Amino acid sequence: MKKMHPVVIRVMHWTNAIAMIIMIMSGWKIYNDEVIFGFLHFPDAVTLGPWAQHGLQWHFFGMWVLGLNGLAYLIYGLVTGRFRRLLLPISPREVIREALAAARFRLQHADLTHYNAVQKTLYVGVILVIILQVISGLAIWKPVQFSFLTALFYDFQGARLAHFFGMTAICLFMVVHVALALLVPKTLLAMITGGPRVDDRPARRRASAPASNM
Amino acid sequence: MSFLRRPTSLFRPRRGPDQSLLTENRALIEDIDRRKLLRGAVSLGALSMLTGCDIAEQSQVQSALRSVSSFNDWVQARIFDPNKLAPTYSLDQVVKPPRFNAYYEIENVKPVDLSSWKLELSGLIADKRPWSLDQIHALPEQEVIIKHICVEGWDYIGQWSGPNLRQFLTQIGADLTAKYVAFHGQDDYMESIDMASALHPQTILATKYAGEPITDPFGAPLRLRTAVKLGFKNPKWIRAIEVTNTYPEGFWEKQGFNWFSGL
Repeated sequence: MKKMHPVVIRVMHWTNAIAMIIMIMSGWKIYNDEVIFGFLHFPDAVTLGPWAQHGLQWHFFGMWVLGLNGLAYLIYGLVTGRFRRLLLPISPREVIREALAAARFRLQHADLTHYNAVQKTLYVGVILVIILQVISGLAIWKPVQFSFLTALFYDFQGARLAHFFGMTAICLFMVVHVALALLVPKTLLAMITGGPRVDDRPARRRASAPASNM
Repeated sequence: MSFLRRPTSLFRPRRGPDQSLLTENRALIEDIDRRKLLRGAVSLGALSMLTGCDIAEQSQVQSALRSVSSFNDWVQARIFDPNKLAPTYSLDQVVKPPRFNAYYEIENVKPVDLSSWKLELSGLIADKRPWSLDQIHALPEQEVIIKHICVEGWDYIGQWSGPNLRQFLTQIGADLTAKYVAFHGQDDYMESIDMASALHPQTILATKYAGEPITDPFGAPLRLRTAVKLGFKNPKWIRAIEVTNTYPEGFWEKQGFNWFSGL
């Protein structure tokens, strides 16, 4: 029996949180140098670095933290079965029912150790968006060496646009994620202390395990 | 001499410091003026007391970020494939005129005096005789229709022609195993690129844009156009080329931009 969020998950979660904030704030600084939408400039108060070059320095530092931490997280989640156990399966019907319940503020999250369908969708969704964000980021960074990646987004400007919308999606996720964590503070606490202890063995082995081992 | 017979300290290095370090960095050492250092220290101390913010901490963050940027130079050199060609485009996609960019406005461009212009050569080059414009025009011309991508995020497709840089460097007997090629502009602009990028098949010394001689705002009579670097690594109004093993940095790098800046 180990904690719902083992220490390695907690470290990776908060590392990711800091890296993501660095990436977003420095990204806004870089965006301001050549805006995509004329009406949208990010105020200096929420950007990182006094000038664009400092924004770039932060961005190309943050990418290593985000990328390596993210890679470790994906490997951990896949190898230990955490993803399969916590994030799957996602039933579309359940997602719709629970999304409607959430809209009426009736979504239940009594058992911390089991994610509801809305949570599963958001978590899987944001993981996929971050992966896509890394791909569009590489497409912008190396449009010649990784021209096959840039071509996925039509061209260089397409990759910039995709990178911008990826950022937007991640920001929206963060708003919902932080709001829900504050609404149910024990979830936030669990990501700091580890939360309740859970049996993380697959159900099949759990069923056949002798009672004395429990 | 008694001096020689003194037992050597445990902490004394067996070999003295490498004297070549001293010769290599002579300019730097001479630059460290004791009086300036003292003055700098005093004013820095005064400044930190005035503002109440920790300047030392600020500069530590800055130097850490610059170290990461240097590490990224190394990574990019590893990623760089000398045979990987940049995408090329068709004639009808060419933007005319090209987009102007410099650290000053287009009105402030000082046109190069073509009558006295010469291309100077220095550093690890066997034949350092300067080149006239006519000599450069007589070289075989290569045309590239490539994207100019600015570090700011904008881009446009341009049609550039002029001598291939690898052929030019070979012809002047440049040491192709040297690390850097630096380009000095007529303004105080200087940028340097790694040798591998200088030797890339899509790196040229451009004299023409869209089939016509390059006009003043865009680097007449000679500018660098390489498909494998960001825009600011393509100096305009070139007056000298230098091949060297000493890291030359560049105009924008001094202000914190990444040196390799490869595409």
